[in-house]
Amino acid sequence: MTKKLDPHGGGSAITGIFRNQIFIPFAALMLLAIFNLIADPSFFAITMNNNSAGYPVLSGQLITIIDNGSELAILAIGMTLVTASSRGQDISVGAAIAISGSVLLRVLCGTDTRPETMQAPIIVGFIVAAIAAMAFGAFNGVLVAYFRIQPMVATLILFTAGRSIAAWINNNELPIVPGEEFKYFGGYIPGIPVPTPFLIAILCFILTWLMLKFTNIGLYSQSVGINEKTSRLNGLNPELIKLTTYVILGLCVAVTGLIKVSRLSTINYSVIAKDIEMDAILAVALGGNSLSGGKFNMAASILGAYVIQFLTTTLYKFDVQATALPAYKAVVVIVLVVLSAPVVREKTARLAKKLRSSKTPAENHA
Amino acid sequence: MSTKAISGRRGGLLKNMTDTNLLTSITVAVFVVMYVCAVAFLQEGFLKPQTLFNLLNANAALIILACGMTLVMITGGIDISVGGVTALVSMSCAVLLDKQGGDVVGAIFLAVGIGLAFGLVQGFLVAYLEIQPFIVTLAGMFFARGMTTIVNKDPFNVANEGFVALKETRLIIPLLGSVNKKGIYVDAYIEIGVVVALLIVALLFIMLKWTKTGRNFYAVGGNRQSALMLGINVKRTTFFSYVICGLLAGIGGFVYFMHVGSGSPSHATGAEMNAIASSIIGGTMLTGGVGNIIGTLFGTMSLALIQTIVSSVGLDQAWWTGITIAAMLCIFLVVQSVIISRRKKRNNSSQEAEATEGENKNAADRKKE
Repeated sequence: MTKKLDPHGGGSAITGIFRNQIFIPFAALMLLAIFNLIADPSFFAITMNNNSAGYPVLSGQLITIIDNGSELAILAIGMTLVTASSRGQDISVGAAIAISGSVLLRVLCGTDTRPETMQAPIIVGFIVAAIAAMAFGAFNGVLVAYFRIQPMVATLILFTAGRSIAAWINNNELPIVPGEEFKYFGGYIPGIPVPTPFLIAILCFILTWLMLKFTNIGLYSQSVGINEKTSRLNGLNPELIKLTTYVILGLCVAVTGLIKVSRLSTINYSVIAKDIEMDAILAVALGGNSLSGGKFNMAASILGAYVIQFLTTTLYKFDVQATALPAYKAVVVIVLVVLSAPVVREKTARLAKKLRSSKTPAENHA
Repeated sequence: MSTKAISGRRGGLLKNMTDTNLLTSITVAVFVVMYVCAVAFLQEGFLKPQTLFNLLNANAALIILACGMTLVMITGGIDISVGGVTALVSMSCAVLLDKQGGDVVGAIFLAVGIGLAFGLVQGFLVAYLEIQPFIVTLAGMFFARGMTTIVNKDPFNVANEGFVALKETRLIIPLLGSVNKKGIYVDAYIEIGVVVALLIVALLFIMLKWTKTGRNFYAVGGNRQSALMLGINVKRTTFFSYVICGLLAGIGGFVYFMHVGSGSPSHATGAEMNAIASSIIGGTMLTGGVGNIIGTLFGTMSLALIQTIVSSVGLDQAWWTGITIAAMLCIFLVVQSVIISRRKKRNNSSQEAEATEGENKNAADRKKE
């Protein structure tokens, strides 16, 4: 299949790189890096500064990227699996983050919105939030797997209700978590100069790698995404596998929710993780994964997430307003998608061939 | 006992209906039942015809957007840029009318032009370059939202005289007015947008039902491969559906602008999702090939009605609207999925039965020979 699509043909090392899926996000990353290098080399400067709490931490645009891109990368893990198995995307992750964040605050603050001390250990809060997020993931999964509703439509339900449910959990109040420890998850742990979200993301990547390496979930979800009937005939349970991927996405949502809430120590139901579902889907698409399911490349998705954050940070640097950001993002996305579209690739390959073949007779003529 | 008989008879009736008609009639029935319940339990307001007209007035733009969405969904695609286009159209028209000194006709042309441009580009990318519609229209939505703030980042009201006159125009409906608390007779009215919306619904209904282009939409959405084999130009049909959807987003944007009379980057937030929800409640399936414009009209109205009911019951906290709409969507989706899968099973089993019958016959014939 890839051979057919490959415009270059042949099997040398260079074409091998082009054929690799990770090439697409990598090329985008390189383009952005070169653009920044020409525009302003100081973009890549990393310095050691003392933060507001007085600890030395790394700072610089690159650190901002790995800091803010981590949430997206964690979500991209779950989104890739869901896309592969159910041939569709979950558009409710932003709303689900609001719910899991709200649950977390509810557990940590209890009934009082301005408690003096935390009412429960953070780990308990996280576990409860994770269970809630996974339950909502399972709800989506059941609709998709057992009721056979298209993923985008099934998750539209939670997308519509999610932020309302999140507000309802805390009675529309905005509790503030006391204490410095809670801020570590979205900021810095004293003594470690690397932002914690990135460390959490690395941990997630390792866990994902182990999961893909030692369990069959990766293989099974691809198999279900490619052909559900054949998978069933081979003894798999497609419904259960789809459900599992949605529950895994729920766990990713809970981790992202923890980071998001920790950044502010509080929550804003209508703004938290707004439009993050779109970015997460874009990350999967940028990674060269087919949005209609089947084979996936996890590393490419994760790299895609960081590329999106790279783009965002670059645009911010050029004084683009936060609200106008989507317009530029859209242009970049369209250019990338058009360039990587199989039809366009085929046509350019054909054009290149034509040019080459027309050049030779022309040279002969001269 | 009697219920069993009724359901049995209904089963027979349902069997003969197409998926499209079945889902549409469910929606219409639900809307009527909801309205009757509202009249029965919350009499005062819902008995007035004006309540119904207000639902139409407030949702004319959404009806138009949902119609476009239905067309695209029938061909098996999706367009999530409509909300963004609506915001961009209102903002551009507002700037044209208020700051550039343009007139209303110019604004209408601008609105239609913006919508058409989005439709053409997105249609080309989806149909001819074969990029996933979700990604293309997602980018379209981002672009439109971003452009809205680039055109003008602050919300403002339009004071252009010609436009305000158009905005304030009310079409009086004779004989349906009501007497208010002070005993004065108040005429029932609708806005111009409603007329536009109903006209579009009628036109699209005719197109989908009786023209070749309309039937092609169903064919392409039902099965691309078969449509191609039948000699339908699949790419052009897909392209056409996005162009119409874009055009309707432009018109819907102007109708929305006529209703609110201002430009703001936060206009029509989530309109795309409401449009999709309306289409789904109206019986359109995202897999393509099934859908009906009349269903979409009632889907939009049901969505609006449930919001009105929720707020008039006294559940006026902000979150109840979201939760009820989602619950309604959930129920509709599950009911649809159950009905469709049951019918499929029945069709399959009856087909299989026929097939085995045929085989038996063949075998018998062969034996005879």
